[in-house]
Amino acid sequence: MRLMSLFFWALALGILAWSWKGADIRPMALIADSGNMASFAKDFFPPDFTDWRTYVAEMIVTVQVAIWGTVLAVICAIPFGLLCSSNIAPPWIHQPVRRLMDAARAINEMVFAMLFIVAVGLGPFAGVLALWVHTTGILAKLFSEAVESIDPRPVEGIRATGANLLEEIVYGVIPQVIPLWVSYALYRFESNVRSASVVGMVGAGGIGVILYEVIRSFEYAQTAAVMLIIVLVVSGIDLISARIRKVLI
Amino acid sequence: MEILVSDLRLNYGAEQPGLAGVDLRLARGEQVAIIGPSGAGKTSLLRCLATALRASSGTLQLDTRDPWRLGREDLRVLRSRIGTIHQAPPLPPRQRVVTATLAGRLGVWPIWKSLLSLIAPQDIAGARAALQRLDLTDKLFERCDQVSGGQLQRVGIARVLYQAPALILADEPVSALDPALADHTLAVLCDDARQRGATLIASLHAVDLARARFSRIVGVRDGRIAFDKSAGEVSEGDLTALYASERVTPGSPPALTSALPRVSATGLPCC
Repeated sequence: MRLMSLFFWALALGILAWSWKGADIRPMALIADSGNMASFAKDFFPPDFTDWRTYVAEMIVTVQVAIWGTVLAVICAIPFGLLCSSNIAPPWIHQPVRRLMDAARAINEMVFAMLFIVAVGLGPFAGVLALWVHTTGILAKLFSEAVESIDPRPVEGIRATGANLLEEIVYGVIPQVIPLWVSYALYRFESNVRSASVVGMVGAGGIGVILYEVIRSFEYAQTAAVMLIIVLVVSGIDLISARIRKVLI
Repeated sequence: MEILVSDLRLNYGAEQPGLAGVDLRLARGEQVAIIGPSGAGKTSLLRCLATALRASSGTLQLDTRDPWRLGREDLRVLRSRIGTIHQAPPLPPRQRVVTATLAGRLGVWPIWKSLLSLIAPQDIAGARAALQRLDLTDKLFERCDQVSGGQLQRVGIARVLYQAPALILADEPVSALDPALADHTLAVLCDDARQRGATLIASLHAVDLARARFSRIVGVRDGRIAFDKSAGEVSEGDLTALYASERVTPGSPPALTSALPRVSATGLPCC
């Protein structure tokens, strides 16, 4: 027993040491270059808000990308979520649909953004498409988990009146899951505002494009301003959506 | 609706059978009360009649047709003519009373009307009329989780009144109501069935209520029919034998619901 635990500790330490090498961790660099770091940090202050009108306009574009990416994803996640649910769809439907959603979820929205830029060109629309696909995968899973945990009796009650499958779903299933679904959709909207500012960095429009430009041109004071705006807007949206979700549940 | 049941058996796989050979015959428009101890198989029998459960063996004929030989669409039409009332009404908590009541006619309404009714209730007058007979008009636009247990049970009854089915299967329909209200509500249900010539089967815990409101009483025990008599013929001896608690098994018996096979929303068994 003791030998076993010793072995696992050794293994854990081994993995850490092995990764240290690969990740090129050099703590000394932080100390040796501390002077550099300090002057680098100094470059960020004071933040330069000269172009704040552009930043705000692009931040709004980012939020707009997040809104459309989320709305389209919610619309698609409703049917896909139901098709993923083992208590609604038979295995030969829910298994393949689940794998499809896994794929949409497994690939990061940055990757989708780069692919869609090739397809539809640079700009916010590529960002919308990227968020749409990735978020559909996430929401379909969350929606189907909500559907699988419902009370089956209301559905049976509806079936007993001679209702068809669609009526069973809209009268028996949806009323039970709607608060959870709304809450998940809002949560994904928050995350998508963050993601939308990142997918901009590969060229899919919004504040991310500006952020990428100012970093690449070593304009750190402006970078600081852009980052502050992102932090402000994302926290604001988090707060509002948390408030709405609390009301709904 | 005419009902013919012969040698109906239902196995839950456990030692205790759900139904161990039930024979029952009801003419169109007949009203029958089912009484018996808990776990006797009253609910199982009603669920089989409602085509919610398929019996392991035996025959069931509704209007001289075996429901399990019908095609999907015919079965759906048959179900729209059967109204079920549950002890705990299976109504989604966030649904409004009016929507829950109107859901009684989903089997008859075209699909566009069902969908539209979710946003704008399609027959408020009809729902109000059904609820009025149970003194619930003021709850029309309340949510199902905002009314009391007794009121919710009556909403479940209102749904069936609105459905106006040819067969009403009521499983402990008035268990959450005080005696006076229970009697009144049961009278409404019996009158409704009588006026429309619908067949009514109600399982009841309150024996007095069963004898007062029903002319025919069926006693069920251990998944079998213990007696099937007119209300006047039921003796105290029958009742004592029916409710005698000789089956005291060590430990608590398994709950009936947990023994039911889990069935998915589409009617397919869950894996």
